[in-house]
Amino acid sequence: MIAINKNKIKEMADNLSDSGTGRSLWKDARIRFMQNKAATVSLFILAAIVLFSFIGPYFAVWSYEKIDWNAMGSAARVGMPSIESGHFFGTDDLGRDLYSRVIQGTQISLMVGFLGATVAVFVGTLYGATSGYLGGKTDQIMMRIVDILMSIPYMFVLILLLVVFGRSIGMLFIGIGLLSWLDMSRIVRGQTLNLKNKEFIEAARVTGVSDFKIITRHIVPNLLGIVAVYATLLVPGIILAESFISFLGLGVQEPSTSWGALIKEGAGTIRYDTEWQLLFPLAFFVVSLFCFYFIGDGLRDALDPKDR
Amino acid sequence: MSEHKILQVQNLKVNFDVSSEGDMPWTKAKKLQAVNNVSFDLNSGETLGIVGESGCGKSTLARAIVKMVPADSGKVIWFGNDLLTLNKSEMRQHRKQIQMIFQDPLASLNPRMNIGEIIAEPLRTHYPKTPESDVKERVKDVMNKVGLLDNLVNRYPHEFSGGQCQRIGIARALILKPKLIICDEPVSALDVSIQAQVVNLLMDLQEEMDLTLIFIAHDLSIVKHISTKIMVLYLGNMVELANSNDIYTKPRHPYTQALISAVPIPDPSIEKSKKLILIEGDLPSPVDPPSGCVFRTRCQKAQDICAIEKPEFKEVSNNHEVACHFHD
Repeated sequence: MIAINKNKIKEMADNLSDSGTGRSLWKDARIRFMQNKAATVSLFILAAIVLFSFIGPYFAVWSYEKIDWNAMGSAARVGMPSIESGHFFGTDDLGRDLYSRVIQGTQISLMVGFLGATVAVFVGTLYGATSGYLGGKTDQIMMRIVDILMSIPYMFVLILLLVVFGRSIGMLFIGIGLLSWLDMSRIVRGQTLNLKNKEFIEAARVTGVSDFKIITRHIVPNLLGIVAVYATLLVPGIILAESFISFLGLGVQEPSTSWGALIKEGAGTIRYDTEWQLLFPLAFFVVSLFCFYFIGDGLRDALDPKDR
Repeated sequence: MSEHKILQVQNLKVNFDVSSEGDMPWTKAKKLQAVNNVSFDLNSGETLGIVGESGCGKSTLARAIVKMVPADSGKVIWFGNDLLTLNKSEMRQHRKQIQMIFQDPLASLNPRMNIGEIIAEPLRTHYPKTPESDVKERVKDVMNKVGLLDNLVNRYPHEFSGGQCQRIGIARALILKPKLIICDEPVSALDVSIQAQVVNLLMDLQEEMDLTLIFIAHDLSIVKHISTKIMVLYLGNMVELANSNDIYTKPRHPYTQALISAVPIPDPSIEKSKKLILIEGDLPSPVDPPSGCVFRTRCQKAQDICAIEKPEFKEVSNNHEVACHFHD
């Protein structure tokens, strides 16, 4: 027992005297994240889904626009999932290959989610950090603008935009991007206000570090944790919003598709014994959303300052 | 040690606007006098200790000197230049020579930067063209000076203890070889044993590098240990300023006398026989300070005149200044 302890102490002493690199907070967070099984598994599943959406087409027998005339109109009898016919996930009512359609939908839904979140993170972080750091009247005005935008019902505006300016994926991006940065800017502003009065910021100011350097070197790196967490939770939110809009028939238009549009089609034909038309896109949708939420949760636990 | 004035603070005033809950936007904010008419001179190599209760304006005074809070009036003359009139870029030149050490050792270090980066930051800011090898050399040098192993450069603040973090803060303040270091309660967040280490380190460094210190604390025994001069503040006003020995042996202001009587003596027999002067009541609100002498509401010697006339801050004996009508 004592011998073990001695060895351990010696090991610790060796560790102390080495000139190796210290553990940065990021490294710490990564270790903690890896210890969270649900989050790690989710990360792998999500990576697999993303990978699938890129590699999948090479294994497809049917392209997403090619119609299998045999299956058209008789999907319930002919279009079921089978390896022989090449329709791995079956076909839809028009005889289109669901495997290719799901891949296409996955690409579009994930793209909407990631691009929307990127816009939100970029605009929200800049807006929030500026507002928080400058403070005073500027802060007041900037935040009141956010308040006003927030008080407008989000879905309503999105639907109006799509109806007035036509249904296109570009419009969808603009609509979602315009409104999803609001929460982000609030969170970032709060965090910036908190950081601004920390002594290390004061130390930098006393030393004569410029405002710009203070924001980029001291404030933003300390914000990234919370931004990362919020962004991973924002992606599924945007995917959900897009799916909802597509489910209403306003979002992504044929021949493109998305998870929401596929689920809508599948749900519409569920009476005709073609449950695979609903289940495959739904499975992708649900699994991906779960993964995002688990990852977000894991990140939050890993980056939570209270656990340090 | 050269005996010339490096810093002169003259009639420095700092006011804050405070608005209370329920004020309308057009209600005029009340003025809070955080620092009121503070003046002192500081010679090269000296240590000025500033003591006072919490909220008496010690930290505000320090921050006003380095322009971290805007001063309302007065002068801060640093080698002949009034810092308060300088613009940002002119001020930057002087920032090299005035550094600060903060109260909370861990909070004053950026958690996402490693020790090497933190200590090198002032150097990189003011001399961005310094080659990387020189920066490393200087960082190692200054780390050895403050008693840190130089192989810890790649570690992060949360891996250090409070005392070590404070040493890192001191190293960061020293790397530009400043003339003046303002220490804002540098030891009050540390254990007593570590306090002594840090204070002794500061004194050693002061001798070695010919530093001038402004040392803010509320622990009188530490201030006495390190300071050559002591200033007592009360509600933003100077109450007494004298050599540290004079203040200890012959405190003249009733407030200082009370403060000094409260310092415990590590000898039970003397401690028992010691007369303790108690100050009653609370610190008055700095938004609405008492008329006349600010200390009169809690002063045992207070007379009618104290409420009417504000006592002048004047020299009563050799280099011993007091603001009291009835000083000893």
